Amino acid sequence: MIKIDNISKWYGQFRVLTDCSTQITKGEVVVVCGPSGSGKSTLIKCVNGLEPFQQGDIIVNNISIGDPKTNLPQLRAHVGMVFQHFELFPHMTITQNLTIGQVKVLGRSNNEAHQRALQLLDRVGLNSQADKFPGQLSGGQQQRVAIARALAMDPICMLFDEPTSALDPEMINEVLDVMVGLANEGMTMMVVSHEMGFARKVADRVIFMDNGSIVEDAGTEEFFGTPRSERAQLFLSKILSH
Amino acid sequence: MSFFTQFDFSVIAPSLPFLWEGLKFTAKLTLIAMSGGIFLGTLLALARLSSITPLAMAATWYVNLMRSIPLLMVILWFFLVIPIFTGKPMGAETSAIITFTAFEAAYFSEIMRAGIQSVPRGQVFAGQAIGMTYWQTMSYVVLPQAFRNMLPILLTQTIILFQDTSLVYAIGAKDLLKAAEIAGKNYGRPLEMYVFVALVYFVVCFALSNLVKHLQSRTAIVR
Repeated sequence: MIKIDNISKWYGQFRVLTDCSTQITKGEVVVVCGPSGSGKSTLIKCVNGLEPFQQGDIIVNNISIGDPKTNLPQLRAHVGMVFQHFELFPHMTITQNLTIGQVKVLGRSNNEAHQRALQLLDRVGLNSQADKFPGQLSGGQQQRVAIARALAMDPICMLFDEPTSALDPEMINEVLDVMVGLANEGMTMMVVSHEMGFARKVADRVIFMDNGSIVEDAGTEEFFGTPRSERAQLFLSKILSH
Repeated sequence: MSFFTQFDFSVIAPSLPFLWEGLKFTAKLTLIAMSGGIFLGTLLALARLSSITPLAMAATWYVNLMRSIPLLMVILWFFLVIPIFTGKPMGAETSAIITFTAFEAAYFSEIMRAGIQSVPRGQVFAGQAIGMTYWQTMSYVVLPQAFRNMLPILLTQTIILFQDTSLVYAIGAKDLLKAAEIAGKNYGRPLEMYVFVALVYFVVCFALSNLVKHLQSRTAIVR
């Protein structure tokens, strides 16, 4: 489904990603963790071409991201993405946030898009908020709407870029619950996150990044049991000690 | 004898229909230059922010040029130069409309540029992530927010534009000021006419500034 093949990226002279390679097969849930500044968010933004990269290639659903001839908007329409700061469109109602892409990008009728939006809002438990604006919702609610917005496009896989790190602690679970539900349904997911509980529960694999490189890429049990790299051991001991 | 007893405001009433024609042109010029200026200004702003270097440079060059020349000079210059290109004489009114739209586009583009940059980069990512093209992201996500953020400043610029339209008297276009000048000469009472149109300019601008204040408190987007 997603094949990341030896990609490197520079900001000017500064190298942010170094020869990253991994694969995510259909139905797999992969959690990417690592210290801040390690390149996790940059890597996941490369997967749908929001960030360009200079070397290597990423193949999503047999389509090359690096190929300049690829129609990126068309590809992104089927790759869902959820951001750290939600990024709902603040000038649109919740329903409009969920229908705009369906109507303008997928070409669905207003009626059809509206039905789908309500169905998804129901799924994330927010249909009573349909006519509100994003600013009137809590962070957790906004992030659930953002997940619904991505799902409205009927994506073949979902990318999550630190979906819970901007949330108040009591709102993290409502978002994770939705994500666990998705994982259990067999959605292919790449999740940049520090939620180790979530990783333990649903991830098939955990990738650990440091300094722009993938340091560890292991099965979940193996990763939490005995990570091979010292750097990953240190990281785990720091975030799991409390 | 006090100062005001020398005034004879009875000449105003019979001149009102004539002054009204002038005001109509002033309003028309302001509205066309505003909407045209905001439209072209937005395109210029997008060009300046584009990654296509020649396009960005051309837009920057245009904006800087327009902003470095006095408006009165541009009005005179366009009036003389455009007929050379088109090969036929052009009325002062048409010339004024073209000049103001082209000139104001430069100022509006700077406002729209600031507006576009005030929209967080994540919003662009969010639009792109659901498959929107550049133009879709701009028209549905970025520009509506930029426009709303900048609405008070766009209106403030329009107030300045409204006052500046009086400069078209230089090429003989019949705006409110020119109408007052003609009516004043007609009745031999220029001073009264100028006092009256000053009042008209003041009332319109005052009403618009109050609208700006009102909008500032209402249009802020809740984030």
